[in-house]
Amino acid sequence: MSEDAKERILEWVKQQKKTKHYFNDLCKAVPEMKMMQAKKIVNELVSEGKLKYWSSGSTTMYMLPSEGDVAKEEEGMK
Amino acid sequence: MALKHATPMLDELEKGPWPSFVSDVKRMAAKGNKMCEDWLGLMELSYKEKEGHWKHGGIVGVFGYGGGVIGRYCDRPDLFPNVAHFHTMRVNQPASKFYTSEVLRKLCDMWEKKGSGLTNMHGSTGDIILLGTTTDQLEPIFYELTHDFEMDLGGSGSNLRSPEGCLGMSRCEWACINTQDIIYDLTQEFQDALHRPMFPYKFKFKSSGCPMDCVAAIARADCSIIGTWRDDIRIDQDAVKAYVGGEIVPHGGAGGPRKDFDIKAEVVDLCPSKCMEYDGKTLKIHNKDCVRCMHCIRVMPRALRPGLDCGATILMGAKAPILEGAQLSSVVIPFIKMEPPYTEFKEFVEKVWDWWMENGKNRERLGELIQRLSLREFLKAVELEPDPRMVNTPRYNPYIFYDPATVPGGWEHDATEYRKRHQA
Repeated sequence: MSEDAKERILEWVKQQKKTKHYFNDLCKAVPEMKMMQAKKIVNELVSEGKLKYWSSGSTTMYMLPSEGDVAKEEEGMK
Repeated sequence: MALKHATPMLDELEKGPWPSFVSDVKRMAAKGNKMCEDWLGLMELSYKEKEGHWKHGGIVGVFGYGGGVIGRYCDRPDLFPNVAHFHTMRVNQPASKFYTSEVLRKLCDMWEKKGSGLTNMHGSTGDIILLGTTTDQLEPIFYELTHDFEMDLGGSGSNLRSPEGCLGMSRCEWACINTQDIIYDLTQEFQDALHRPMFPYKFKFKSSGCPMDCVAAIARADCSIIGTWRDDIRIDQDAVKAYVGGEIVPHGGAGGPRKDFDIKAEVVDLCPSKCMEYDGKTLKIHNKDCVRCMHCIRVMPRALRPGLDCGATILMGAKAPILEGAQLSSVVIPFIKMEPPYTEFKEFVEKVWDWWMENGKNRERLGELIQRLSLREFLKAVELEPDPRMVNTPRYNPYIFYDPATVPGGWEHDATEYRKRHQA
């Protein structure tokens, strides 16, 4: 169940045009789940390195590791 | 020593009688702090052009945490390479912000080595704000904080933010609840919510020991835990007489020595619910009408004290003015004992979070959601009975919206059928 949910969330993220997603939006991939359950799954995806956080300071979003690269983001800043 | 960048506009901020952050940063720059040098140059440029040069937000953080680090970059790294990265780190403050001077010294030394040396003690949420470091220093700083200082990062982003409380029983005779223990306990209990974002937006707990609300929980926290009492205000009639007779100075002497204290004008007439009377001998308080403003207790602290049957009022939904304007929190639990391990309170909070997560829009605070879906819906979700004390101004506006489901027969009707019986 949990592995299936993880797959569905990742698949959903890959299909989107936007690169950053709110937690609420990720939950659309697993509509049968309570948010608290979905949170555990999303946490596992982050721990496994399959999703990562993006934070504005006030809000947090999720993205695929391939979309955001610290080195790229900081290119030319050193 | 000449600084790297000329700062004529920033220099203006050093004029005047007040302390200046510009002077502080210049002092750091003069000691050879390169980040501070470039920070001054960047600020001067922003003042000159009337445009900001920071890019806020990013994917930087420490492993396993979704908060505590806020990425910040300068968009003119060509001119100011030493502030190309200038990330903020939030450090969870100890309950009521008690530190040893040794810890503060160590913290400042660490931050001068691994960051800009600039701090904000404290941010509005309550955290220690460490301003300005580079990406490669984030993990080493986190290691040092957690291993050598026994401190942790605080909350940022869509997390539970670092809970904050007043000095409580440690310093204040009016504290009705142990705010320090509550804040520490909630911080430990909700570690996952603090470090791994899951909410539609930020969520803040703040706890004040009495209704004076020194941490301004009622104005800022999504969940305010404010100490109160449900028995009677304790009165020492001899001390009342001593105040009236000029033997004790009102306001704890804050207004200087005086002999002209007028109990009627300064206490009785200023009671917002007019629940006091003084006949020249005895002060009477009609406690059922008391709204806990604490004005009388503040003016005559040796004569009046909060009751002994203490607990907390739980209020929800305050926020600062970002989307819908500022909002004060509303009473949702008029009285709860708030005794360790706070199980009843924690179970209630989890119900609130479930409802907010299921129904909240992105970037919607709890108070905005309650406003959008109504207090009635909120109370239903968290299994609380409506109570007149939840109404904002019950003495002036007693109207409430009934739920059709709780009115026998409801009030839906067939308009066509109605018109057959009542011709226009």
